[in-house]
Amino acid sequence: MQVPSHFEYERAADVEQVLALLARYGPEARVVAGGHSLLPMMKLRLAAPDALIDINDVSELSYIRVERDELLIGTLVRHAELLDSPVAAEHFPIFREAERVIADPLVRNRGTVGGSLCQADPSEDLSAAFAAVRASAVIRNAEGSRTVPLREFHVGPYETVVGDGELLTEFRVPIKPGGSSAYEKVGRRAGDWALAAAGAAIWLDGGNVADVGIGLTAVGAAHFVAAEAEEYLRGRPADDESFAQAGRIAAEHCRPTADQRGPVDYKRHLAGELTTRALRRAAERART
Amino acid sequence: MKITVTVNGQDHERDVEPRLLLVHFLRDDLGLTGTHWGCDTSNCGVCAVWLDDVPVKSCTVLAVMADGKTVRTVEDLERDGELDPVQKGFSECHGLQCGFCTPGMLMTSRWLLDTNPDPSDEEIRVAISGQLCRCTGYENIVRSVRWAAEHPAVQNTSEPDVTV
Ligand SMILES: Cc1cc2nc3c(=O)[nH]c(=O)nc-3n(C[C@H](O)[C@H](O)[C@H](O)COP(=O)(O)OP(=O)(O)OC[C@H]3O[C@@H](n4cnc5c(N)ncnc54)[C@H](O)[C@@H]3O)c2cc1C
Ligand code: FES
Ligand code: FES
Repeated sequence: MQVPSHFEYERAADVEQVLALLARYGPEARVVAGGHSLLPMMKLRLAAPDALIDINDVSELSYIRVERDELLIGTLVRHAELLDSPVAAEHFPIFREAERVIADPLVRNRGTVGGSLCQADPSEDLSAAFAAVRASAVIRNAEGSRTVPLREFHVGPYETVVGDGELLTEFRVPIKPGGSSAYEKVGRRAGDWALAAAGAAIWLDGGNVADVGIGLTAVGAAHFVAAEAEEYLRGRPADDESFAQAGRIAAEHCRPTADQRGPVDYKRHLAGELTTRALRRAAERART
Repeated sequence: MKITVTVNGQDHERDVEPRLLLVHFLRDDLGLTGTHWGCDTSNCGVCAVWLDDVPVKSCTVLAVMADGKTVRTVEDLERDGELDPVQKGFSECHGLQCGFCTPGMLMTSRWLLDTNPDPSDEEIRVAISGQLCRCTGYENIVRSVRWAAEHPAVQNTSEPDVTV
């Protein structure tokens, strides 16, 4: 039987209270949202916080809405809610496609979008999706709030810019006309983490690529981004040939490691192929 | 710490350690052993219960997180001696062999049919995709849920529980 070590438990009702409790308990306190990453680690004693601040009642962090030209997603939104959100799907089909293949319905009922990003697992799916659409993250602390581009959010595996005493509160995704998005993942079985996955967001100017975002996960891409492939595509014709070449460039520049899920060359092959497919589908959607 | 959890319509007040998991609270503190405990790693789904009306894996929820919330377990499916259609379906279609995965399968199936009364086989498979059965190979489980969809209870199962 896996039992976490002792900790104190507090439940916060709003963001102010979360910040006050984090300040009171100090650096050994941790926020718990869905708990589907943190509790397993505590059960294995890979994490042993002194105090847990439960944010499940902080309903002000549960929303998905459009404000001006941005899609706003509160960090307490459950995976299941993002999966079913018509407004998210309307602007960014990538979210529905990514959510459909994250874990399973029971985990999705509990796990949150903010918890996933803060966990910063190198195989996490939403990191690639948010990187592709060039989201930014809003972080609150005692002094106020700051906004960080998602492409600067991850410091390393399991490490983000969210510091002690801080709370991630919101994701903002800029909505620009003429674009669409798609997500492609290969896993070993239903509900499993990615062997490799790619998300693409593309904006067209006539037949050409005006702008593009490519996110990669599980293949060691820096900041979950295929920057060189994006660079190559900008201004080029939005056709199969360009997308195939972008896939080759993405494969070349990522750095997968071998593990129980698969060897390096297979993951690299997938990174390229999935990049090409995601770009092709995103462009098809952008055209209609 | 003192918590009050409404389980199957009844309030239960207990003094628990914050590190106690919901599955053990239900089984050991309340004696509701219908909820099973398997992998302990949020993979198998035998521990599925409803927390505030949605199925979750109770081995990955703290009992204190359920303080003030509503939990529904497999013990609540039967009403006045009458089995829930999903229970009848599993019985009619041999949806279980050893029965270890069954409580979790039943709770997810009930939720699926409440939200989607006429699911396709594919939708049933997706709904139970976070749950493992080592015996039946899933064919009969899918058939059982279909049977339940085709034989809904005459009386609405969501009527308030009156037992205290
Ligand atoms: C069986 C299983 C399969 C899975 N499969 C996949 C998969 O295929 N793809 C995938 O991407 N993920 C997968 N996951 C991971 C899952 O998506 C995450 O576990 C979950 O969503 C994390 O969210 P949470 O709310 O449960 O986070 P928690 O466990 O509550 O928190 C995780 C970390 O984030 C911190 N945190 C949480 N919220 C905030 C906040 N607002 N501000 C600051 N810090 C915060 C916590 O302190 C903790 O350090 C799987 C998980 C399981 C259990
Ligand atoms: S015991 Fe909870 S998922 Fe296996
Ligand atoms: S009936 Fe034995 S595990 Fe499903």
